[in-house]
This record gives sequence, C-alpha cells and structure tokens, in this order.
Amino acid sequence: MRRIISVLMENEPGALSRIIGLFSQRGYNVDSLCVAPIEDSSLSRLTITTAGDDKVIEQITKQVNKLIDVLKISDLTDGQHVERELMLIKVGTRSDSVRDEVKRTVDIFRGQVVDITPRNYTIEVTGTSDKLDAFIHTMSQTAEIVELSRTGVCGLSRGEKSMRQ
Amino acid sequence: MEMMSGAAMVVRALKDVGVKHVFGYPGGAVLDIYDALYAQEDVQHVLVRHEQAAAHMADGYARATGQTGTVLVTSGPGATNTLTGIATAYMDSIPMVILSGQVPSVHIGEDAFQETDMVGCSRPIVKHSFLVKRAIDIPDAIAKAYYIANTGRPGPVVVDLPKDIVNIQESHPYQFPDKVQMRSYNPTIKGHMGQIKKALKALLEAKRPVLYVGGGAIACDASSLVTELAEKLHLPVTNTLMGLGAFPGDHEQCIGMLGMHGTLEANKTMHNADCILALGARFDDRVTNNVDKFCPHATIIHVDIDPASISKTINAHIPVVGSVKSVLTQFFEQMHEINDTERKEQLADWWEQIASWRTRKCLSYAGSNELIKPQQVIESLYRHTQGDAYVSSDVGQHQMFAALYYPFAKPRRWINSGGLGTMGFGLPAAMGVQFAHPDAVVCCVTGDGSIQMNIQELSTCMQYGLPVKVISLNNRALGMVRQWQDMIYKGRHSHSYMDSLPDFVKLAESYGHVGIKVEKPEELEDAMARCFALKDKLVFMDIAVDQNEHVYPMQIKYGAMDDMRLSKTERT
Ligand SMILES: Cc1ncc(C[n+]2csc(CCOP(=O)(O)OP(=O)(O)O)c2C)c(N)n1
Repeated sequence: MRRIISVLMENEPGALSRIIGLFSQRGYNVDSLCVAPIEDSSLSRLTITTAGDDKVIEQITKQVNKLIDVLKISDLTDGQHVERELMLIKVGTRSDSVRDEVKRTVDIFRGQVVDITPRNYTIEVTGTSDKLDAFIHTMSQTAEIVELSRTGVCGLSRGEKSMRQ
Repeated sequence: MEMMSGAAMVVRALKDVGVKHVFGYPGGAVLDIYDALYAQEDVQHVLVRHEQAAAHMADGYARATGQTGTVLVTSGPGATNTLTGIATAYMDSIPMVILSGQVPSVHIGEDAFQETDMVGCSRPIVKHSFLVKRAIDIPDAIAKAYYIANTGRPGPVVVDLPKDIVNIQESHPYQFPDKVQMRSYNPTIKGHMGQIKKALKALLEAKRPVLYVGGGAIACDASSLVTELAEKLHLPVTNTLMGLGAFPGDHEQCIGMLGMHGTLEANKTMHNADCILALGARFDDRVTNNVDKFCPHATIIHVDIDPASISKTINAHIPVVGSVKSVLTQFFEQMHEINDTERKEQLADWWEQIASWRTRKCLSYAGSNELIKPQQVIESLYRHTQGDAYVSSDVGQHQMFAALYYPFAKPRRWINSGGLGTMGFGLPAAMGVQFAHPDAVVCCVTGDGSIQMNIQELSTCMQYGLPVKVISLNNRALGMVRQWQDMIYKGRHSHSYMDSLPDFVKLAESYGHVGIKVEKPEELEDAMARCFALKDKLVFMDIAVDQNEHVYPMQIKYGAMDDMRLSKTERT
C-alpha cells in the first residue's frame, strides 16, 4: 500500500544521507522524496512516499525514528491529510492548433504556463500525484513532451494537529 | 577560558569524559593528536598492530566493563581497517567511540592522499557519526559521541576529525559541556505502566512460562533483577548466546542456551511454552529457526529498549519499550505478595516436563582414549578457572563448545561476537578485557583458523605484558565450515582445510610468550595446570582436538525451534 511518511529532522549535513541509506540498506522502497528546511531553519521536513504492508511500514517508522537526527515521524496516510506535488513540464507546440489544445488542457487542470518560446511551453501544475499523472497522460495525446520534473509529494495532516507539538 | 590546540582538546575531552584507555595506531592525519598524547598520563594509549584489532580491543573492554571503548586511527586505510570491528560492535550493541583522522578540510572531496569518506563508509554500521568542522566544536562532539554511544541501545559512534582542526600550532578556547542534551535523541528507559501490568498478569497466569534473556539484560546491568524475578516466580530461564551469564548458567533453573546450537531442554521449553518473557533479546534468526513454526502456543512479552527490535521478526503480543532494568524494577513495584507454595504448585507439571527433557543429557558426548575432544577441553578449562574466568571467543565450533560447556555464572564474563560472527575477534577482545581487569584470569578460546586472523596482536601482548591465556582448539580445519559440508554437502570439504599451519608453540615463543602443545587426552590436565600456574605470562595452548567432532544439538533448517539433530545419527 502507498504511504506518505513525514519526518522532522535536524537540518544538518549527513542527516539526509542517513535516511536515504537506511531505506536502501533495509530494502525499503522510495517512490518519491521531498525535503527542505522549515520556518525554524535548524530543522528540515522530509516527505517520503513509499509502499509496503503494515509490518514493513511499522519497521520503516521505527527504524527512521531511531536515527539520532530525527525528531519526529508520522505516517500521514494514517489519517486525514492534504498532499500536493508540483510539476514543471515542457511540451512542444508546433502549430497553433496544438498550442490552443495545450492551453485548454492547462486551464482544465488549473495549471499555468510559466515560460514560452516559439517552439514550446513550460507549464506548472500542482496537485495530487494522480492528477499530475493524468495531466501527463492527457498532454501526451496532444503534444510532444520535451521534459518534465516533479517535486515528489509533500503533505500535512488536516485539522488542528501539528508535528511540532 | 582555557586555550589549547584542537589536538589537545581531543585528549582533554577524552579525559573529561573519563576515558582511561585508547586503542589506536598513528598516521599522517592524526600526528597532531599523537603529539598531544605524548606529554600526558591521563589517557593511556595502547599501540596495536592492526586497526581492526584496536576496535575489537575497545569492544572487549566495553563488554567486560560496560564502559565505552575508545579507538583512535588515522584517515584512509587506518579508518577502513576498523570497519569490521565497528560492524561487530554495532551488531552486538556495544558502546564504542572511534576517533578517525581525516584529510584537511580544504582537501575533502579531492581524493587527497589517504582520504576516504569515513562517515559515509561507516554509516550503515554506526549508531551515529560526526564530521567535526571547527576546533571549538571538538569538546561538544566528543561529549555527544560518548553520550550517544552509551545511552539507550548502546552502539558505536564515529567522530571524524580533519587534520586542520587539530593543528597543534593553533589555539582555541576549550569548554567541555556540563550536560549533553539533544532534542532529537531521548531514549525511552521506563516502561509503560499499562503494558507492564498486562505483562505481569500474563506471566503470573501462565502455566508454562519461560524467561528468554539476551544481551540487553547485560547491557543495562540487570542480571541480579533477572535472577530475583526468576527465583521469585520459579521460572525456567534460557540465555541467548549474547546473554550467557545474565542468569547464572550453573543455577538449577537455568535450562541453558537456546537457538541453533541451544540445548534440547531450552528449545523444547520455548517451543512448548504458553508465555515467553523476552528480556533484551531480539528473536534473531539463529534463535527462532523457521519463524512460521516459532513457539505456536506462546503469548509473547517483549521487553526491549529499542522499539525497532520489537515485532521485527516475531510479533509481540505485549510489547514493553524500556530498559530491562527499569522495567523489571517496575515489575517488582507492581507485583503482589507471591505465595511460594502455590506458585511452585502452579508450575509443578511444567518443571516435571522440563526435567524429562533434561534427562536426555543433550550435551553428553563420547570420549576417546586417542583423541582429545573439544568439549573436554572446555570442561577442563572450566575446572582450572573455577568457572570464574573472562572468556573471549572467536567464531566457529570452538565458540559453540565454549558457550555450551562453560556455564557462565556472572554477566560480562563471556565475550563473543554474536551478531556478526567475526573471526579474529577473540584475541584482541581478550586483550581489551585484560586492560580493563589487569589481575583477572582472561582466556581466549579460539581455533586454528580464527587465531590467524589477528595473530599479530601477540606482539602487542608482549609490549604491554598481557597474560592472556590462548586456548586454541586445533582441529586442522575450518571446523564449522567442515561440519556444514559434512551435513549438507556430502562431506565435500571445499577449502575448509587449514593446510600449512605454523608451529604455534614456536610462533608464540618467537613473540616472547610461552607455547604448550597438547596432543593426547592424558596430557590435557597437566598442561592446563601448567598454563594457569604461569600467572604473569601469555600462554598459547595449541591443543590438537578431534577433527571429526560436530557441535550438537543443532536445529534443523526450516523446522521449529525444537526440531533438532542431537548427534550424527539422532534427531528429535
Ligand atoms: C571473518 C570471517 N570470515 C569467515 C567466516 C565464516 N566462518 C565461520 S566459522 C568458520 C571456521 C572457523 O574455523 P576455526 O577458527 O578454525 O574454528 P573451528 O570451527 O575449527 O573451531 C568460518 C570460516 C567468519 N565467521 N568470519
């Protein structure tokens, strides 16, 4: 089962490699990973999407929590949560008709064109991973995809809860 | 504030932590630190002959005392040579700090001479690591390293020190932290009261309970509490390979070691138990055998300081996170008065059952007039040391014979590489023990294969006058490998034969020690007596033992815990 795991850790050199190393060393999947400092820049928040049965996820959680740099870990998929991923995608726009069709699709997906050249558009889309997958699929039927880059999922639990309590 | 160089800070911080011994080997990146070691007497440096041995010495020192062992090595090959020793300590949760030199900060990443990414190389086998970037951070990093190494579930910690920050030409203010506090590291020591009550209820109601005690009980010095609990509740107790001595091996309630080479009674008791209280043990695959057939009737209570150990391989019905010591103390606080007669009554059938398994005498073996049996050597060793020696061991058949035939009565006496199974561990580990306890009798039980993996340390023994007794069970083979080849590969002894062995007696003598060769059963007792009469000497006992002896009992692969071979021809 797909899980989104959120980790609060010291923003220190080596901390990230310890987490990544742990995943490869113990044979856990990493589907995506997204990390950046938070408002207190001595801390970073990392979101990993992974897959595994309950037993594997329990081990992942415990093993990550055991790392000295890790303050807190929570499985967002345990409860209600918001998840988003951002994608930048460059598509070829060879003709006016393609350009129009691309523009329509971008609007439907509430994306934004952020860069234009005579030959292509660069588009920004945000949403769940499924939405981004759907966007890619739709786009590929109209235009040539030149390249794309996705941030990986980041997420927060819904409601009053916070990881830093 | 005192001003000093980074190198002086390293030595001073070691002193402030309370370090007495450092096991190490010099080289370019640590010459400044070695210079700082030169003119002082607070910290004794022990010069080894190979850095792997330095790590095993620090490890043996830690196992025998509970204090963190310390290693100091240079960058590159010095650092990588310690990796096997670090992995050994990591697998057995032994507190150790490894100070490694590093190339100057400006050269990191340039493939400079003797540069290796030590933090990277050691990452999967350490509890934590530091790459120190500024001299003023040295005291803090060292204080944290020792704190992390020896709190919670202990383990090795690497402190990597670039050469420029320990420069003896520069001065920096030195301040050692009064207290180490880390917001991201707060191990749980006390157990959850609700869980403890549940655990106690299950344990007291059980008709066929057993205590399964591992190295975690030794790590937190909980042996006396384990014994108290076992005696109060009349529980049978089995120790793991790492837990030998946590509960006295000569106690009438002790049913011996469990697992792959466990006793019949220990494995039977586990398999038939209705309640297992695991104390600081981790349901290792060398214990459980096939997890799907593991102890089908038991409610499992698992007490461990490391939450990740709980329900990792075997699901725990009642998990309790905490140190064995705290949790047992909490047990006693919650326990009502126990009626001894009723308690005995409750477990009478169970003990009767256990007694019947014991009658099989699974450790009996056939003696011989011509050949010395390895079991017999360990029994003799036990007699000649009154069962009170520190015994380190290497890895192989001799290790299992020592574990089975030397019933350790006290914790921290049995020093072996359980988790990693590192050949070459025994001699340096024994040396570490001897440094910690200069007057104690320290033996290293080894084999002709293992001893050659760190035999160069006989030289270190000479330099420091360490009277370790090396008991080498020489079967002219990699015995344990040979046993598996006999059992599984139809006796095809592929590369398990130790050809061209040296004359170990002459070898020992050339290092300045005493060597004794024993070839006949009738010589054994006298030779042992001679060995232990030479109190101040290292004695190398080269004992020719029966090459064809196997270690039994032995679990049968894919079976339940109690599916075992009892001899070459018998099985359960
Ligand atoms: C460093 C290392 N290499 C290989 C092994 C695999 N191994 C386990 S036991 C053994 C044989 C040990 O032979 P010896 O030390 O002579 O002891 P014996 O079994 O004969 O008592 C080997 C090769 C190991 N445990 N450690």
